[in-house]
Amino acid sequence: MKTSKPALQTCAQEEVTMASSCAQLCLKCRSLLCSKTVATTWQHSTQVRHCRTVTPVITKVLNGSSFFSGNHRTSPASQRWKQQMFCYSELSVKHLATEAKEDKFKEELSRADVVAYKSPLLPVNEIQMPLDLDAAAEFSALEEITHEEAVSISVPAAIPPSSTSLRDYVDKSETLSKLVQLGVNLWKLEQRPNVGTMLLKLDFNMDVAPRLLFLKHIGVEESHIGYIITHNPFILTEDLESLQARVNYLKSKKFSSETVASMVSRAPYLLNFSVKRLDNRLGFYQQQLNLSASNTRNIIARLPRLLCGSLEPVKENLKVCEIELGFKENEIQHIALTVPKVLTANKRKLTQLFDFIHNTMKVPHHLITKFPQVLNTKYLRVRERHLFLEFLGKAQYDPDLPNYISLDRLVSLPDEIFCTELALATLEDFYLFQKTL
Amino acid sequence: MAAPAVRMFRRVEGLFCVYKPSGVHWKLVRDNIETKLLKGLNAAPSQPCPQEVRFLAQPGGDAEAPKGLTLSVASVPALSKHPLVTGPEFQYLQVGVGHRLDAFSSGVLVLAVGNGNKILNDLYRTRITRVHLVFHCLGSATDDFSHMGHVVERSTYGHITQDKLDRVLAMLQGANQKSLLMYSNVDMRSQEAYEMAVQGLLGPDGKSAPILTGLRCIRFEPPNFTIEVQCLNETQKYLRKVVHEIGLELRSTAVCKGVRRTRDGPFTLQDALTRHHWTASDIMQAIQQYKSSKKNKNYSRSKVKEPGLHPLEENTTDSQQNETNVEAVAAGRTE
Repeated sequence: MKTSKPALQTCAQEEVTMASSCAQLCLKCRSLLCSKTVATTWQHSTQVRHCRTVTPVITKVLNGSSFFSGNHRTSPASQRWKQQMFCYSELSVKHLATEAKEDKFKEELSRADVVAYKSPLLPVNEIQMPLDLDAAAEFSALEEITHEEAVSISVPAAIPPSSTSLRDYVDKSETLSKLVQLGVNLWKLEQRPNVGTMLLKLDFNMDVAPRLLFLKHIGVEESHIGYIITHNPFILTEDLESLQARVNYLKSKKFSSETVASMVSRAPYLLNFSVKRLDNRLGFYQQQLNLSASNTRNIIARLPRLLCGSLEPVKENLKVCEIELGFKENEIQHIALTVPKVLTANKRKLTQLFDFIHNTMKVPHHLITKFPQVLNTKYLRVRERHLFLEFLGKAQYDPDLPNYISLDRLVSLPDEIFCTELALATLEDFYLFQKTL
Repeated sequence: MAAPAVRMFRRVEGLFCVYKPSGVHWKLVRDNIETKLLKGLNAAPSQPCPQEVRFLAQPGGDAEAPKGLTLSVASVPALSKHPLVTGPEFQYLQVGVGHRLDAFSSGVLVLAVGNGNKILNDLYRTRITRVHLVFHCLGSATDDFSHMGHVVERSTYGHITQDKLDRVLAMLQGANQKSLLMYSNVDMRSQEAYEMAVQGLLGPDGKSAPILTGLRCIRFEPPNFTIEVQCLNETQKYLRKVVHEIGLELRSTAVCKGVRRTRDGPFTLQDALTRHHWTASDIMQAIQQYKSSKKNKNYSRSKVKEPGLHPLEENTTDSQQNETNVEAVAAGRTE
């Protein structure tokens, strides 16, 4: 957002100069549209008319525009203009694609749909305009028109030329409104650089709808689609064949369709990765942990973001477990199978937690392996509970001795139950004790 | 008509204190509290989307006979005001921190929300004291004065008794009281100084060297002993240094095992919120409590002239005579 501001200011200045130059021409053409004139003038008048608005639409930093590819009439001025000015319009796609045929254009106009209309800024052909508009100069603005014609004048939308937020465009853009109705958090997305412009450029029927249908087809629930798009808007620009190929690959690795659907819901970036990368990662986990295929599938199904992130932190964590913490290979295997989150845990926090459990609480390795959930808890939580039990004289974690307290109950029980069952004290005492630490 | 979230925000503005656990940087505590408060505020029911009226012309109609002008009216919600597009109502909160606690120590940490920050500034400028409990371990000296540092020296401590300790503490306290007079910028031989001393207004204004206005041994079980320190303008590192100096005075060495702040001005350990109570509703309750206690104090202060009404009275049950005076005097100027 910060980088686009200077660009926006320059755009606005150029804006004004260009707009003022075609303002006069635009005024003359206003009457053109109301009357039904010859087809040849339509094309030119569309361009001029689109320039009519003093502040054409410019969104955030855009790189050129594929819409202009169809338009071959470019002068040097408009070339420069094209490079520096940015513009978007849903209707412009349709306009340029159909080359502004008279019927189509009339249809668009008579719809008078204020919601969907946005005036694009097409490369103004200054050389050609004066020639065309001389013929249209006869019409005056005071000419009487019928009610239908009056209604069919579409008022260009009052959209700011440039904006740092999507809320100025959401009412006028079909894509954005539909996304909001699906539950996509546009505010979060517009904080990310370039995502806002990307979303505005999408056409709902051509880009968004097929991918939404694809997601539904593979089994993703409708309520999750908003979450997926909020976290990974780029799924809307992925190639449909590649998406299908990746899903097919996962199914070939014997992931069931419900599993694939749940994996996509929980790791929205999953289908953006190539088949090769997914394969690479699956192979890595299978080899490093020496697991069978079904166990690997189990781990990945429970924590699908293992396939999305980089492998370096995982390698480091495995080395830490082996060397620093001193776990044997089969112990690491068991821990990863029970609590896969340990593979992506923060190295420093893991070491700190292990240090407390092993050295202060005096819990041996084999007991930690039996209850790997202790490695998944917050350090402060384990610390205060252990110190409370120690204060009460109940901190006994050896299963052979009496009054044994199991580690998994120590960390997983909520506070009230911990106090009443394990510590045999009241909750208030626990809070008071915390204030003495 | 304010939105429910804004009304809730008005109730959250004020001062409260939390118990900071040791090993955690104070900034993390502050950020955590801000996040939890924002979560609570944004969870309040938001205004519904305002409706916008749109007119749509009937499509087609060219081929058929002209029917005249028909327009359909539709009232649609204006999505530009939808919370998913505008973002949450509250995005930032000004949460200020009172006297900071370093990562190693724990204890009462005063925080202020919104308008409370102004009161926090005033609190800083008054001469309020803080009470710390400092835990010592005799027998070794380290480079950073705490028990986790690199050990530099070891010594015996068998010769130390409670009596000797009390003597050392009394000496330290006396020296600090003298420096209190020195920093007060008043000529000691004037009538003004006498009147100020009577009211207990002697002391440094603003920043000065740390002054320990009260020292008291609470527990003595060699090699560990605990001291309650009442101080002005101190840092936790200075307190650990004091530990080291006490060890030296006792002809031995000592390291600090922990520093815990039990009082910061009018905020005591009783009012401090533990980690599990860092939610918007609990914080609101604590702030209301502080506001009501302030009202009571002001009212009672205007009724009775002497500054003996202080919530810390109950803590000083078995303290020496001069200690109670010092505490009451120093604490009486908390507002």
